[in-house]
Amino acid sequence: MTSVHPPPLISIRGLSKSFAGVRALENCQFELLPGEVHALMGENGAGKSTLMKVLAGVYQRDAGEILLDGRAIEIDSPRAAQAHGIGIVHQELHLMSHLSAAQNIFIGREPRRGLGLFLDDDALDARARRIFERMNLALDPRTPVGTLTVARQQMVEIAKALSFDSRVLIMDEPTAALNNEEVADLFRIIRQLKAQGVGIVYISHKMDELQQIADRVTVMRDGKTIATLPMAGTSVEQIIGMMVGRELAAMTNEAPDTSRNEVVLEVRGLNRGKAIRDVNFTLRKGEILGFAGLMGAGRTEVARAVFGADRVDSGEIRVRGATVAIGSPADAVAHGIGYLSEDRKHFGLATGLDVETNIALASMRRFLRFGGLVDAAATRATAERFVRQLQIKTPSVEQQVVRLSGGNQQKIVISKWLLRDCDILFFDEPTRGIDVGAKAEIYKLLNALVAQGKAIVMISSELSEVLALSHRIVVMCEGRITGELRGADATQENIMQLATQRESMSPA
Amino acid sequence: MGPRIVNRTMTEQASLARPGPLAALKHTLVKPATRQKAMAFASLLVLMTFFSLASPNFLQTGNLVSILQSTAVNGVLAIACTFVIITAGIDLSVGTMMTFCSVMAGVVLTYWGMPLPLGIVAAIFFGALCGFTNGVLIAKLKIPPFIATLGMMMLLKGLSLVISGTKPIYFNDTPDFPVISQESLIGYFIPALPIPNAVLIMFVIAVLASIVLNKTLVGRYTFALGSNEEAVRLSGVNVAFWKIVVYSISGAICGVAGLLIASRLNSAQPALGQGYELDAIAAVVIGGTSLSGGTGTILGTIIGAFIMSVLTNGLRIMSVAQEWQTVLTGLIIILAVYTDILRRGKAA
Repeated sequence: MTSVHPPPLISIRGLSKSFAGVRALENCQFELLPGEVHALMGENGAGKSTLMKVLAGVYQRDAGEILLDGRAIEIDSPRAAQAHGIGIVHQELHLMSHLSAAQNIFIGREPRRGLGLFLDDDALDARARRIFERMNLALDPRTPVGTLTVARQQMVEIAKALSFDSRVLIMDEPTAALNNEEVADLFRIIRQLKAQGVGIVYISHKMDELQQIADRVTVMRDGKTIATLPMAGTSVEQIIGMMVGRELAAMTNEAPDTSRNEVVLEVRGLNRGKAIRDVNFTLRKGEILGFAGLMGAGRTEVARAVFGADRVDSGEIRVRGATVAIGSPADAVAHGIGYLSEDRKHFGLATGLDVETNIALASMRRFLRFGGLVDAAATRATAERFVRQLQIKTPSVEQQVVRLSGGNQQKIVISKWLLRDCDILFFDEPTRGIDVGAKAEIYKLLNALVAQGKAIVMISSELSEVLALSHRIVVMCEGRITGELRGADATQENIMQLATQRESMSPA
Repeated sequence: MGPRIVNRTMTEQASLARPGPLAALKHTLVKPATRQKAMAFASLLVLMTFFSLASPNFLQTGNLVSILQSTAVNGVLAIACTFVIITAGIDLSVGTMMTFCSVMAGVVLTYWGMPLPLGIVAAIFFGALCGFTNGVLIAKLKIPPFIATLGMMMLLKGLSLVISGTKPIYFNDTPDFPVISQESLIGYFIPALPIPNAVLIMFVIAVLASIVLNKTLVGRYTFALGSNEEAVRLSGVNVAFWKIVVYSISGAICGVAGLLIASRLNSAQPALGQGYELDAIAAVVIGGTSLSGGTGTILGTIIGAFIMSVLTNGLRIMSVAQEWQTVLTGLIIILAVYTDILRRGKAA
């Protein structure tokens, strides 16, 4: 069997990589053949993108070796990777929207004439046209990239990666922003390149796509490569099993049954473009409703829509049985809805200000006294009460919040919304960037809050966290709710199954 | 949302089928940048028509020459600013940099008694040096352009005063110096067109700047940096180097402006300069260059500079008080920036 294989284009052997002492990759093995589409799969944070960024020269490895055509090579910069014929199409597009397609592709390598003084844009366009022909893509190289659809922009990125005469092409979630037709277009180009002997690494969560396009799949988990299998004959369940690991952690929150509690929030038929599609859910008093899904599934979008931060196309929101109109965050707050952003520094906190001000920020009006003066003593007393209650570790309420740890910052945001009398709280990735000890405290706090009768929606990409805390779990994929799980049904595998259930794939 | 997508696909298809000359023209005409320039040009014509109806003195040759003369300095400064603003930067120091350059020309020509060409070289050299310094502060030390050039603005203002002993430097030893700005080479050949040399120089600088922006590598990177600096960096381009080059070019052009103003006044006035940067930035923005970077044209900037000086001149001729002229100029600047924001909103 091995005798018919051509020699591998790329071999990665025993590769490890740490960031500030945290293991991101450990003893990874990977192999790419010429003319092969090799899928790389794993949960969020499993190390797929990191591994490929090492291959593309974005990060430097700590240990292990990378072989190209059987010879060990050094890839110490993106330039070096390009020189070795390794091109990458990053998940986020890196394009200059005001420049033309050709100008984008050859940025930094512009052909010149007239003693090198002037740009030769005719040669530039001709070169771009040749690459488009190779991709069988009908696109005028002079079109400004900003006027192209996202799918077309992606094609320009691919053309750019190919322009280095790449034999290895890495694509990180290339279909994340594409519709079905555009995906088909992309696959046509991938097959074209495959036929020319280009080896393609394809990172994706989308099972059905991989079954169409991939020859082999390598599964990663916790920074390690678990196994490499041929795509044909490998079942979705097998792959998911490897992605989540052997331990079948089920829902562990044995809290009292909340299914008969008063419904405090009901969302019906919520729609916003392709990001949110007909989302329905209810939230009861005293319950933590987990929102699971992969990155970009639309969970944050739902929270922002309910909170009034983004406009919606349609949908009805009922708070305690009454239909409400929420056009802005101020409306949401007035109805007792609070949103704790996944990005505390940007949206949740005024990090340069002190603890006291941050806690009082959303409720300033209640500290106003005669003549519009702020009652400093009352503000301080209130802030100190929250510092005690939530055990915020700070030398004083006058401390700048930027100097506090992530966990304590999160508690300050929580205090802010509690003081504002919010009893419907959306937590978006509440433990992101928080160390393990502080995580446990946040969990305790969430449980305490629901015990007091608050209702919580918790968005989290960490399955273990969702399973440990939620009373019910709603799973989203591509802007839709693909299922709701509770009790014994709530397992990592079921969540992953629902989280990758695309529209085109019929539910198992 | 729907209609926009349709729109995009349509323009895309239009550009796909290699367009004939007519279609290409149509395509160019609907481009937002062209539209903005056309609008700016139209408002210039409207302004001129209005003032010529309001005052018979407006269209007098003497007055038109005076408009041209005053446009030249602001126009050249605005060209300098255009480079920086296309990179999504800002330069508040162009006004006092201009003054500093004229003072340095004074030092070389009057204090040291050197020949005229050396004075010209000195002004441009010191401009480039100041621009280079701005570039280093911004690209290497990562100081935000607003702050770096604000500091440079004050620093250069102070330096000009120190070097000149707070007194004007007159170019009495260089009788040819006023020729740079005041005489008319065109008028010498065509007496009916007494266009001052300063304006001729402005147009020469404009043409050169246009070529640099559109035909050379520096120009390409100027647009690229303003469009998406991170993408340029990831493409392996030395972002810091090219930023410094752009600021140096901008500085050298300020040096030319310094020569023009010193020649017009036949002296280097060390207290002058502050406030010129705002007129220049206003001209750039009125001319359709976006403060958020990535787009802009020299032609637009020149039109913008003319709008500014026609406005000032026209109001003066109509005997509007100086104070009110300032108020109106302020309103124009706010209006210009607001249209920039509207444009960006549409583009997003």
